[in-house]
Amino acid sequence: MANHSASHPAHVQHHFVDSDQQFESAKMGMWVFLVNEILFFGGLFCAYIVFRAWYPELFTQAALELNKLWGGVNTIVLIGSSLTVAMAIRSAQKNQIKGLRINLLITIALACVFMVIKYFEYEHKLHLGIAPGSFWNPTPEILEELSHPKANIFFGIYYMMTGVHGLHVLVGIGLMIWLYIRAGKGHFSSEYYTPVEITGLYWHLVDLIWIFLFPLLYLIE
Amino acid sequence: MGRLFDFMLPENKSPLTADSTDGLFHFINEVSLILLIGITFALIYFAFKYKRKSEDDKTPLITHNNTLEITWSVIPLLITLVIFGWGYSGWLNLKAVPDDAYEIQVTGFKWNWAVNYENGAQTLNEIHVPKGRPVKIVLQSRDVLHSFFVPDYRVKHDAVPGRYTYVWFQAEEVGESVVFCTEYCGTSHSDMLAKIIVHEPEDFETWLELNGGGPSGTPVEQGEALVVQQGCQTCHSVDGSAGLAPTFKGLFGKEEQLNDGSSLTVDENYLRESILNPGAKVVNGYENIMPPYEGILSDDEITNIIEYIKTLE
Amino acid sequence: MAAAQSKNMTTLQVKRFKPSENPTNTYLTDEKGVWAWMTTVDHKKIGLMYLVAVAFFFALAGFLAIALRTELWTPAKTFIEADTYNQLFTLHGAMMVFFVLVPSIPAALGNFVLPMQLGAKDVAFPRLNLASFYIYVIGAVFTFISLANNGFDTGWTFYTPYSSDTNSLGVIWVTLGVFILGFSSILTGTNFITTIHKLRAPGITWDKLPLNIWALYATSVIQVLATPVLAITILLLSMENILDIGIFDPAKGGDPVLYQHFFWFYSHPAVYIMIVPGFGIISEVITTFSKKHIFGYWAIALSSLAIAFIGFLVWGHHMFTSGQSAVATTVFSFLTFLVGIPTGIKILNWVATLYKGSIEMKTPMLYVFIFLFLFTIGGFTGIMLGALSVDIHLHDTYYVVAHFHYVMMGGTLMALLAGLHYWWPKMTGKMYNETLGKISAVLIFIGFNMTFLPQFVMGAQGMPRRYYNYIDQFQPFHQTSTIGSYILGAAFLIILYYLVRSLFGGEKASANPWNSRGLEWQATSPPDFHNFDHTPVVINGPYDYHKPMEEFQLGLAVEHNGHGHGEHHEVKTDQTEKA
Repeated sequence: MANHSASHPAHVQHHFVDSDQQFESAKMGMWVFLVNEILFFGGLFCAYIVFRAWYPELFTQAALELNKLWGGVNTIVLIGSSLTVAMAIRSAQKNQIKGLRINLLITIALACVFMVIKYFEYEHKLHLGIAPGSFWNPTPEILEELSHPKANIFFGIYYMMTGVHGLHVLVGIGLMIWLYIRAGKGHFSSEYYTPVEITGLYWHLVDLIWIFLFPLLYLIE
Repeated sequence: MGRLFDFMLPENKSPLTADSTDGLFHFINEVSLILLIGITFALIYFAFKYKRKSEDDKTPLITHNNTLEITWSVIPLLITLVIFGWGYSGWLNLKAVPDDAYEIQVTGFKWNWAVNYENGAQTLNEIHVPKGRPVKIVLQSRDVLHSFFVPDYRVKHDAVPGRYTYVWFQAEEVGESVVFCTEYCGTSHSDMLAKIIVHEPEDFETWLELNGGGPSGTPVEQGEALVVQQGCQTCHSVDGSAGLAPTFKGLFGKEEQLNDGSSLTVDENYLRESILNPGAKVVNGYENIMPPYEGILSDDEITNIIEYIKTLE
Repeated sequence: MAAAQSKNMTTLQVKRFKPSENPTNTYLTDEKGVWAWMTTVDHKKIGLMYLVAVAFFFALAGFLAIALRTELWTPAKTFIEADTYNQLFTLHGAMMVFFVLVPSIPAALGNFVLPMQLGAKDVAFPRLNLASFYIYVIGAVFTFISLANNGFDTGWTFYTPYSSDTNSLGVIWVTLGVFILGFSSILTGTNFITTIHKLRAPGITWDKLPLNIWALYATSVIQVLATPVLAITILLLSMENILDIGIFDPAKGGDPVLYQHFFWFYSHPAVYIMIVPGFGIISEVITTFSKKHIFGYWAIALSSLAIAFIGFLVWGHHMFTSGQSAVATTVFSFLTFLVGIPTGIKILNWVATLYKGSIEMKTPMLYVFIFLFLFTIGGFTGIMLGALSVDIHLHDTYYVVAHFHYVMMGGTLMALLAGLHYWWPKMTGKMYNETLGKISAVLIFIGFNMTFLPQFVMGAQGMPRRYYNYIDQFQPFHQTSTIGSYILGAAFLIILYYLVRSLFGGEKASANPWNSRGLEWQATSPPDFHNFDHTPVVINGPYDYHKPMEEFQLGLAVEHNGHGHGEHHEVKTDQTEKA
């Protein structure tokens, strides 16, 4: 097959001319994929906009059931993790593999904190019977606050949006663990850190989507 | 009118709604035919005229011609603008119901059209209308999407659960026109037909009076009328033949096996429950396809239907 | 020279060479065995695997079509029950759209040809490319699981509330299948966009891109922008079935028309995902067989992008009778006509290309002519359906069925057949039987028109679509249509026969049997594992048919810093140029 000559470093795949071309392709591919992701969530945001336009009072009422404090904490956690992932890329560029690994670890930890908080939020709601779809069975006290007949739809949208976002966080955690292991094996250097860079791009997007979700769902006045 | 594409359209029985549509249909067909003949002729002519003579044929370098490009962009654009305007005005006309329109309520459900008139008359799959007067059909659906289509009048609209939609027309001849359901709705979608029956205005009034005022007669007779009118027989036969749902014949007092494995004897309470909430206990071998009648039938009506079913032994 | 634009080069030595007519090492001989095929990252093999899969689904869905047409020989029951019929037409539509038309040209032929036309060794992400194939397979498996669970009879459009109320298990599996399948399409699109931007060989500037690449580029843009919306719609629909979340179900407070908006936001652009790559093939074939420079290069290239763009703004024309707002209806109708214009421009440019050409009616060219005729009818009837008042009458009748078969089968499939015959020698290294090729093309033309022309008439007369039973007056039309479908079926069997036979007993194909100027034809037939021995340097445009073939040899970079391998290659030097 490909008979790599000296000018072709090991990390460059056979069909690329050089390292730069590979890096730029990977980065562009990731950007295109992110556009995808935005449109994917865009569908959910459309559903949100349509229902909010139809039933504005439903959204103000239902938002009261969401915990602003923990939502806010989660926002800060995710913004922090975006910072650490950027620092991870910086470390890779400077060839500081140890810094890269530490930053990845912090990011993973923050992502896990996010998921744990999310878990308790879900747990609390399910406990009150504010569950998606056919499991919708709020306790009488809750039903009094959530008197709107279409409250189930708000939470249908809520669970879809935060659920799909949560899945993205889980995928991100998986990717960063993989990066962490590869970094440990010495795969990355200032010459080659493409996977770190594009995972970072992905992580920023996950963060960005949450920054939209938080005010749209939690902070409706 | 004897135009070239007349054979493609059904007879126009409501000129007020169909004329604009037909005119545009013919116009587009005729323009398209001329252009298609032109393009086809050019293709065939070039294929013969410039047939390859040898492998060394030289061809000139013709990269583009802006005049041509602009010509064949602007002319089609103008033609399509005409078509848009024409179609738009025709469509506005289809939306604008005349003030004096006679209103009839039509409800689609699997797989029938229930028709309600202002004086309480009810029919199933037959819409009686007066000649020479605009008629507005107000559509709703009880279960899934349906679509109300009368080819002779060139009108169509979806019946959407949870909202009202409408079509209007004005039939100019006494006679019958077919109504199709054109939004796919399951097993018997293609049998969900209805007839529009056009009467002379006086005959229509007579018909209306004869049928107005709701059902009369004994509870059993009323129950039978309801079974016909609600379209129960689409799935439940009354003569014991097989259908999409258990036959009514011999149903009362029968031991039925349910699809959850349990069994029960059919009594008044089971029948009542199955009318109001059909999905609760489904007989083994059948699917839950029936729409719930909660809020559609009154208690008295349900009782009458049960009385009627009891008589089918 | 244009080649100097590549930033890695200062000076460039260009030599000319001819591809070997007797390649010893091709991509077909390079790795052997089933496992090697299944794990290959080579775009050509993946393209072939897609081709086989698409052909399989086409045969299956085509067989269903024959069964449907047979059932319609008489009103009421001919040989299957209504429920079976409803499942079969749903399956026919869903398979043809999601498993055949969407991946056919981009993923099968596009995968094979795109890197070659760019002078690249592969697509930008070969492993993703393989992954997209397996995602396609998994999507197919889900569909078959659905069939084992009562199947689905919702129509390929999955309109709510019918799809969320009935038959849940089958619908859940197939919607998850379509959801998964979407990612296959997204990955292909992402891959192609990146490849076209980053992996063009030296010398291929944007104005020297083959129109096939422009078409695939426009397609990929639509795939990337529209498919995720389908994914989320279908996911919501699955959740509607699994959890009853109620967004689209009026019984739970949702809105069924919202579902239609979501669905058509993907599914209308998806129509262009299916047809635009066909436009690319037509441009390639028509220039090759008329030996003529394409007329209106930029008009054709930019109209693809215009279609891709405007195509996003017309989804509401599927919903004129649905109860959407009046303003929306007006705007969607208007924009629908605008999207017709660039399509018309393309057709006229192709006809103009023939002017003063040197036209040879080989099988691929025959399909181009059939395409131009059928697709023009498809286009005109599309204008008919875009006109508001007329659409009210024609919506959801056989007129619509005939229209989209003229566009999808008469357009996309004819283009696919043109491309398949055109690139067959390149892909397999074998020539097919030209006589049988022409016979089957003519049969397809006859069978196609016999099947679908009567459907325009009965549709306009009021015959609704998706009808198992029909009123007697439509029977002659249905019967003509059924006979036509048998002729079509027979023609496809002939194609299958001679293509398969060519693999074993076919005449050996030369490197460039059609004397094409396309870059992919400057490689051996079948190509080397890496397509070209060296990264080629493109000097001429892809349609420079006015230059004699001798002047049209491919350049190759000798002191180019890129692919260092290949020093073993022997170069025929005719001439040296400074870059």
